Amino acid sequence: MAMEKRVVFRSAWLPYALVAPQLAITIVFFFWPAAQAVWFSFQLQDAFGMHSEFVGLENFAALFRDPHYLQSFKTTAVFSLLVAGCGISLSLLLATMADRVIRGALAYKTILIWPYAVAAAVAGVLWSFLFAPSIGIVTYVLKGFGVDWNWIIKGDQAMLLVVIASVWKQISYNFLFFLAGLQAIPKTLIEAAAIDGAGPARRFWTIVLPLLSPTAFFLLVVNIVYAFFDTFGVIDATTQGGPAQATQILVYKVYHDGVKSADIGGSSAQSVILMVLVIGLTAIQFRYIERKVQY
Amino acid sequence: MAKVELRNVYKSYGTTEIIHGVSMDIADGEFVVMVGPSGCGKSTLLRMIAGLEEISGGDIAIDGRVVNNLEPKDRDIAMVFQQYALYPHMSVHDNMAYGLKIRGLPKAEIETRVQRAAEILELSKLLGRRPRELSGGQRQRVAMGRAIVREPKVFLFDEPLSNLDAKLRVQMRAELQALHKRLGTTTVFVTHDQVEAMTLAQRMMVMNAGHAEQIGAPLEVYGRPASTFVAGFIGSPPMNLIPGTLAEGGAVLLADAGARVGLPAALPKFDGRKLLLGVRPEHLEPCDEAAALLVPDVDFIELLGSDVLVYGHLGADRKGARVAARLHGSMAASDGHLALRFTPKHMHLFDAETGKRIEIE
Ligand SMILES: Nc1ncnc2c1ncn2[C@@H]1O[C@H](COP(=O)(O)OP(=O)(O)O)[C@@H](O)[C@H]1O
Ligand SMILES: [Mg+2]
Repeated sequence: MAMEKRVVFRSAWLPYALVAPQLAITIVFFFWPAAQAVWFSFQLQDAFGMHSEFVGLENFAALFRDPHYLQSFKTTAVFSLLVAGCGISLSLLLATMADRVIRGALAYKTILIWPYAVAAAVAGVLWSFLFAPSIGIVTYVLKGFGVDWNWIIKGDQAMLLVVIASVWKQISYNFLFFLAGLQAIPKTLIEAAAIDGAGPARRFWTIVLPLLSPTAFFLLVVNIVYAFFDTFGVIDATTQGGPAQATQILVYKVYHDGVKSADIGGSSAQSVILMVLVIGLTAIQFRYIERKVQY
Repeated sequence: MAKVELRNVYKSYGTTEIIHGVSMDIADGEFVVMVGPSGCGKSTLLRMIAGLEEISGGDIAIDGRVVNNLEPKDRDIAMVFQQYALYPHMSVHDNMAYGLKIRGLPKAEIETRVQRAAEILELSKLLGRRPRELSGGQRQRVAMGRAIVREPKVFLFDEPLSNLDAKLRVQMRAELQALHKRLGTTTVFVTHDQVEAMTLAQRMMVMNAGHAEQIGAPLEVYGRPASTFVAGFIGSPPMNLIPGTLAEGGAVLLADAGARVGLPAALPKFDGRKLLLGVRPEHLEPCDEAAALLVPDVDFIELLGSDVLVYGHLGADRKGARVAARLHGSMAASDGHLALRFTPKHMHLFDAETGKRIEIE
């Protein structure tokens, strides 16, 4: 006898009443602003917000003529690849190590999961303290090694800082997925490979890694989305896009142009582009998860 | 090919001892089955031979060389796991070739070996498939193929047939025997299934709770079980074991609930001794009441077609020992009693305290 897994409601209106609050929140805080952004992206407003005029795709055209905007695209690409790349490889390393630990495994895992509970802005502040140009402890250590550390004026160092802070914050999430993935690989597979003559490194590259690749791909998409959007707090708390826009990723530029420079039309056009990007990424992810590579 | 020697092998996890000193010499080319109930330590022992578990005490030698501290890959063994453990992301071909590639064999040699193994195991048409596209029996074959291509000194099997359905199991048993005849590789095969053990083994080790209870050829183990454990484990239904005390000059066993069981030949030297009398169900035969050695009350009957299994109890109010009898053809029961006898040749005695076999001669 097959059990009905879904809950079946007798009442016609109750299910709708139950989802209504969530629906309302989604509409008010997501669909409405999204629709507004689309609307504004076709308008040109004067600096005081008194007049607006329909300009069609002019805002978009202007964006792609703007070297700053194109630069921000490049910055975002570099930033998100660094965050996803470092985040995934580091957490895979940690998960592989955690998978071997037997004693004290719980403590080890708990410590690794902590950063996930820390808000992005707090993470940003934390790391900017550590790396503060004159008083930061890491700066002090780096000076001992002869490194001139000052991210306030050096663009690549600023980039490094926001990458470190963002990776640190996302590592727990990746770690958990990799650990679960590793623990799902039957131990006898590894033993069979050992009997077949493969050493630990070879077993990792030829057995473990291929079996983890679905997890790794999923995390790649998640991490890119994370780097695109959720790192706003980190950047706002540290470099604020600077110096000289060296860390101004797309989402930060939206905020900067819209809120600070009051260019509502241009900033809305940027949001729309971002929206399209995230829809694309999500679609890839969903398609992939639905197909669910199974061995 | 090689001989395998277990010399007083121990295994402990922390302070818990799992294997309590097992010794056996396995000859070059021999097919040995380790059989015992689940949890008795068969897999642990096999994994120690493979190098997947550390050896806590004693020595294991393969081909005359002590391998205690050698990695699995340096022992020149191949193992087939119960869950097959095929590499899910590789084709059948690559599963078999994996170990050969690692060992750096020339490509042509790898191809020859894989093709030959595929032919033997009838996998030639499946070489391009992934394990998930195969049936259970086919996966089992691939796992065996992966072992064969390596041409190792020793094959180790850990319950490789227990995930197959009954019919396939019988077929694979025959194939395993044919394979062993063809390759002649020393084989250690672990199973909990006594039928598998009886049919496959040249020699078998019956294990019980980390001890080797008996080592011998299947018919030897069947014919002269070394203990009540072996007597109960090998054979189906298991041997009848009737506890009691020998009396009247060793001619009668006084069993529980006032039951009397006659002995086919008196044993004066064991008169007065507490022991267990063992007779296999298939060695009991119906007879006249006058000639009967035991007369159990019948509880129920199972018709197997060719045979009849009769289950009953001895003693007053069915309170005595259980007795099973396997009779040919139709049943000779009269008003709920069954008169049975057996020959001296088929009588076994076991010590009541230790459960060890008592030699009659
Ligand atoms: N890693 C382990 N740690 C502790 N006990 C174990 C471990 N592996 C097996 N055992 C114990 O060793 C005994 C023998 O196990 P095993 O060799 O798998 O039995 P079998 O293969 O005969 O069913 C069991 O009681 C089991 O609980
Ligand atoms: Mg086992």
